[in-house]
Amino acid sequence: MSIDTATAAKVAKLARIKVEEAELPALAQEFNAILGFIEQLEEVDVDGVEPMVSVTPQRLKRREDVVTDGDQPAKVLANAPDAREGFFSVPKVVE
Amino acid sequence: MSDLNKLTITEARDALRKGDVTSVELTEACLSAIDAADALGAFAHKTPDLAMERARAADARIKAGDAPDMCGVPVGIKDLFCTEGVPSQAASKILEGFKPEYESTVSGKLRDAGAVMLGKLNMDEFAMGSSNETSVYGNAINPWRAGNSDAALTPGGSSGGSASAVAADLCLAATGTDTGGSIRQPAAFTGTVGLKPTYGRCSRWGIVAFASSLDQAGPMTKTVRDTAIMGAAMMGHDPKDSTSADLPVPDFEAMLTGDIKGKVIGIPKEYRMDGMPDEIEKLWADGTAMLKDAGAEIRDISLPHTKYALPAYYVIAPAEASSNLARYDGVRFGYRADMAPGDGITEMYEKTRAEGFGAEVKRRVMIGTYVLSAGFYDAYYNRARRVRALIKRDFDEVFADGVDAILTPATPSAAFELGKEVSDPVEMYLNDVFTVTVNLAGLPGVAVPTGMDRNGLPLGLQLIGRPWEEGELLNTAYALESAAGFVEKPARWW
Repeated sequence: MSIDTATAAKVAKLARIKVEEAELPALAQEFNAILGFIEQLEEVDVDGVEPMVSVTPQRLKRREDVVTDGDQPAKVLANAPDAREGFFSVPKVVE
Repeated sequence: MSDLNKLTITEARDALRKGDVTSVELTEACLSAIDAADALGAFAHKTPDLAMERARAADARIKAGDAPDMCGVPVGIKDLFCTEGVPSQAASKILEGFKPEYESTVSGKLRDAGAVMLGKLNMDEFAMGSSNETSVYGNAINPWRAGNSDAALTPGGSSGGSASAVAADLCLAATGTDTGGSIRQPAAFTGTVGLKPTYGRCSRWGIVAFASSLDQAGPMTKTVRDTAIMGAAMMGHDPKDSTSADLPVPDFEAMLTGDIKGKVIGIPKEYRMDGMPDEIEKLWADGTAMLKDAGAEIRDISLPHTKYALPAYYVIAPAEASSNLARYDGVRFGYRADMAPGDGITEMYEKTRAEGFGAEVKRRVMIGTYVLSAGFYDAYYNRARRVRALIKRDFDEVFADGVDAILTPATPSAAFELGKEVSDPVEMYLNDVFTVTVNLAGLPGVAVPTGMDRNGLPLGLQLIGRPWEEGELLNTAYALESAAGFVEKPARWW
């Protein structure tokens, strides 16, 4: 599997990371080196092996379905780059 | 007492309880050592006022006779832990200015036990790296130097600042986190002890997530006994982490008898890598002989899927990272890029992430995005998870056959020069070759310094234990530490 610059651009877009046009060939090359390393996995016989979900067999704990937290909007917004009137502020999303 | 910053946790605890020293004195000694060691780049954010306040509170507590083991002990906290009101950036530009409104469970447990936080420690950005060279703060530097050379060496990564600070006696101990070897490799590179507990032992709540199925916090200390003490203070069930184990945490220190007679130590043949330096080979053979002399039975074992651990890791960890790091979007916390006229929300995300993440983080997020994308999910991600199941099965079978612990090298070399290995990401990934299997299988692993290379740099061995049996593992590590008698310290140049 070889990644070309168009695929690299698509991956960057999916990851929401801006990559300049000029940097795409080098990025594609890096991906190919890493994927080449990863492709060793194809040698392994994994027939009948379930993909691991959790490393410990224990079931995830469940808790009561009740409100345990909340009512602290000031703390929630304290680290926002732009917060106004009790909300996170972002560029206009809907025209 | 002089050189209070050089004490171990054990020595400090005992001296504090006897009234021979106060936490204020210990803390002042560490703060001076930290201020004199900026050249090491170990501390990214210093918190002297907070430290002194906590030291005074600890002294009052000790006086009142209510002092847990960690009470009054000055420690450093890796920047990956969220600490209330104190910058917690995961060494990334994208978390610039972030001051959490809450405290991570693990650092909170240490705080509640009376430990004194001296500041936040340098690390690789988002814990992605093996040399501490991906940090927004710049490199952390190893206090050790090779022979007469003054070349700057890596303290390892990702917990490089933690390792450097402990080795240079800037703090008595530090927290680290380990996703593929990030506690054990830096410990080995700096002649210190580092434990990655069983997955689920330490709560992950409030620790900036890298790869959630692999991440574990652990102690980085000067001795195995200190690791037993600090480890116990960090562990325990936390309802806020659904993968946290609801199991009692034993008194690990009480389990350090040094008696390992009849214990079966496995030596896995697959860890004898092609081109492994003679020094590492010898270190491993020496360590094996020490455990044998202490009465353990040495058994050759096979972990046949070892070779595939690194490639599986470099699918699973980036996949999880790409999901975890999706939260850094410039909306809720940290950095937001300047916008050009006409930029919409997508441009805001893309610019923020391009400017906020460093090269290695971007690389891994994008690899993770790729292996999870439609059409490749089965070929890469599901295959890697199947291989992971086989890697774990290898360990399960060996333990079922009666092996108590496994001895391996901790790293393929001693600490290397900064700037040497960053050019090839795959080459850098090989640093984790002996440690990454342990994360994939969720097992406890500990690095113990047992020797030096020809240039006078420390080398470490790794012991791998059965799940939840950190106590027994640390006892074996204690026996190894006692036999190796590693006491060397770096000569001060900073």
